[in-house]
Amino acid sequence: MKQNLLKVRDLVLHFRTEHGDVQAVDGVDFDLDHHKAVVVLGESGCGKTSLSKAILRLLPRNVKRYSGQVHLQGTDVMTLNDEEYRKNVRWVSMSLVPQAAMNALNPVLRVGDQVAEPAMIHLGVSRNEALAQARRMFQHVGVPDDFLERYPFELSGGMRQRVALAMALVTTPALIVLDEPTSALDLLTQANIMNVLKRIKHELGTSFILITHDIATSSELADEVAIMYAGQIVEVGEAKDFFPAPLHPYSQMLMASVPRLRSETDPMFITGQPPSLIALPKGCRFAARCPFRMEKCSEEPPVVTQGNRKVKCWLHAQ
Amino acid sequence: MITEMIPTQISKFEVKEQPLLSIRDLHVWYELRRFGFGHAGYVKAVDGVNFDLASGETVAVVGESGCGKSSLMKTILGLNVPTSGEVIFDERNLSKLTGDELRAYRFDIGYVQQDPYGALPPFMTVERILEEPLIISGVRNKKERLERIHKALGEVKMHPVEDFLQKFPHMLSGGQQQRIVIARAMIRGPKLIVADEPVSMLDASVRVEILKLMRALQEAHGLSVIYITHDLSTVKYFSARIFVMYAGNLIEKAATRRLLENPLHPYTLALLAATSDPDARNAETFKEVPPGEPPSLVNPPRGCRFHPRCAKAIAGLCDEKEPPDFTPEPGHSVACWLYEDKK
Ligand SMILES: Nc1ncnc2c1ncn2[C@@H]1O[C@H](COP(=O)(O)OP(=O)(O)OP(=O)(O)O)[C@@H](O)[C@H]1O
Ligand SMILES: Nc1ncnc2c1ncn2[C@@H]1O[C@H](COP(=O)(O)OP(=O)(O)OP(=O)(O)O)[C@@H](O)[C@H]1O
Ligand code: SF4
Ligand code: SF4
Ligand SMILES: [Mg+2]
Ligand SMILES: [Mg+2]
Repeated sequence: MKQNLLKVRDLVLHFRTEHGDVQAVDGVDFDLDHHKAVVVLGESGCGKTSLSKAILRLLPRNVKRYSGQVHLQGTDVMTLNDEEYRKNVRWVSMSLVPQAAMNALNPVLRVGDQVAEPAMIHLGVSRNEALAQARRMFQHVGVPDDFLERYPFELSGGMRQRVALAMALVTTPALIVLDEPTSALDLLTQANIMNVLKRIKHELGTSFILITHDIATSSELADEVAIMYAGQIVEVGEAKDFFPAPLHPYSQMLMASVPRLRSETDPMFITGQPPSLIALPKGCRFAARCPFRMEKCSEEPPVVTQGNRKVKCWLHAQ
Repeated sequence: MITEMIPTQISKFEVKEQPLLSIRDLHVWYELRRFGFGHAGYVKAVDGVNFDLASGETVAVVGESGCGKSSLMKTILGLNVPTSGEVIFDERNLSKLTGDELRAYRFDIGYVQQDPYGALPPFMTVERILEEPLIISGVRNKKERLERIHKALGEVKMHPVEDFLQKFPHMLSGGQQQRIVIARAMIRGPKLIVADEPVSMLDASVRVEILKLMRALQEAHGLSVIYITHDLSTVKYFSARIFVMYAGNLIEKAATRRLLENPLHPYTLALLAATSDPDARNAETFKEVPPGEPPSLVNPPRGCRFHPRCAKAIAGLCDEKEPPDFTPEPGHSVACWLYEDKK
């Protein structure tokens, strides 16, 4: 049997707040193969960043519930204790480029040292070896060698984002989670970073989970697409099937809202707002905004498999 | 005065009977001061901009971060003092206005800021936020103020109006906050709206809603709108004309349709090529991106400011002389030497 790189099952991450429990990640399932990229698309607040934290076990203090399975290269890393997890998983097998990473670099350290550090700490290599590795990664992400000596403030936003990417790459993990890697960047810089990611995928065989609300740009890297709504994945499938014909009503409306440069169709918008993650409705979470809503939709919709695609909606349950 | 005279040609398209807004050779330079050194040069954020905007006309200004879009708009709004050049709005020359005239001028232009989250004062209710501009502009009668607030909220589709009057900004979604910002910009009945990245902070599904709302208001009131954005894919739904800005200059000006069909400036071509539509085939190819980054506005490159990044640069010309506006087709101007003989 072919082994997936990553298999996520029923992943749950809830936060405790004074207003109630925030069900930010609520039963997420998806798979990812080696050398592939999955993009997780969804509106602000649907739980994308929380999902990345749940996958990488980077938890805040107010966790109410954290459960499920995260099989990475065949091991359920959720069963590991924190020590084992730190030693064998984070950085070593998968690393994260957090949202706004380019602004999170340490201002008083040379970027070369910052990029080398994870290799020293997590792979236990010498400083010189780590710097050599950092230099190699600078080449992969397109930052000139002599920038190793510079400080973050001496670099543009686009260059700092490449440095953040080099840092995630320096331990050569099989999987990198990217949280909104281009949304704060300019158009041409964005295109550059997407080129870099594509190149790394080909050259190093790295797999990616790309988390973003930028649907058009996400298609630059996507092999697979997962649509997240109110803490859940409502559709997942291959990009080549998804982009031309999304299945879930939310996916369809989301895609119809994207303005396109090379098309004359008038973009539409979705009326209403997503439900609060503290007080979720019974049944389908999209029901209040769905034009196809039926009586059945007040019950939890099943996940329907159609070939390589999965969709969580009563419309497709026949 | 720190002016640099740049030959300009005003295209026929721009010469209307009486433009609502006329910008002539506008320069906005910020002085740089370095501790111990005093004067250390200028940030030439706007450096020789010309255009006319007719009454009821919509135009988009497109360009990357730091190219001077907001500086240009703040100057038009009377919030920045131009270093040189003229802003003539509704037959008033901005540089000649003082005191009350300047206040009146500002009331005639509505401003929709870049960031709705920062634009609204957090401790004011929606009613107070909308009432304040009316009080400042001298609407003394409380009843009249309330009527106008109701009308403005209705126009931005905040129904039922009563439900929102006593709310504070944090109780509203991003899209609703931006509606309040638009209502505030509209409430004094302006002739011109300047919308600086009005939707870039909003989610995809809400963006379109807000852009459609702004277009409906523009049509209903015959407003002129300057729409600033870095997102080329939204422009055609909203603006009849488009100006592309690079390093303080408007480098290409055309009707939106025409610019999308027949882009001329190498920088415009690069922007268009970098703009993705959602399509699975995108993942199979690399994008062509010009090397390097936008230049420093303190010491911009000699000649064409794009020349260090331009694959078509003509040695000895592009790196020496700044290109003037050429007009290869009516209503379409481009500041690029490639079009010198085609005017
Ligand atoms: N530590 C926390 N405690 C309580 N609530 C939280 C915490 N972290 C996130 N949330 C809430 O969980 C929900 C999901 O947040 P998350 O940051 O995962 O969304 P997102 O999809 O990444 O949004 P964006 O696109 O704006 O980055 C939001 O309602 C957020 O306010
Ligand atoms: N008050 C100021 N003093 C000095 N420099 C300034 C000032 N305001 C803006 N600048 C500089 O002028 C240049 C143009 O800035 P501006 O805000 O007009 O750009 P922009 O095109 O609106 O960018 P963005 O898309 O990021 O909003 C930038 O280099 C900026 O740092
Ligand atoms: S389950 Fe029902 S309400 Fe939900 S998306 Fe499908 S049709 Fe719409
Ligand atoms: S003027 Fe020369 S350098 Fe500038 S855009 Fe045109 S061809 Fe390129
Ligand atoms: Mg996030
Ligand atoms: Mg700006």
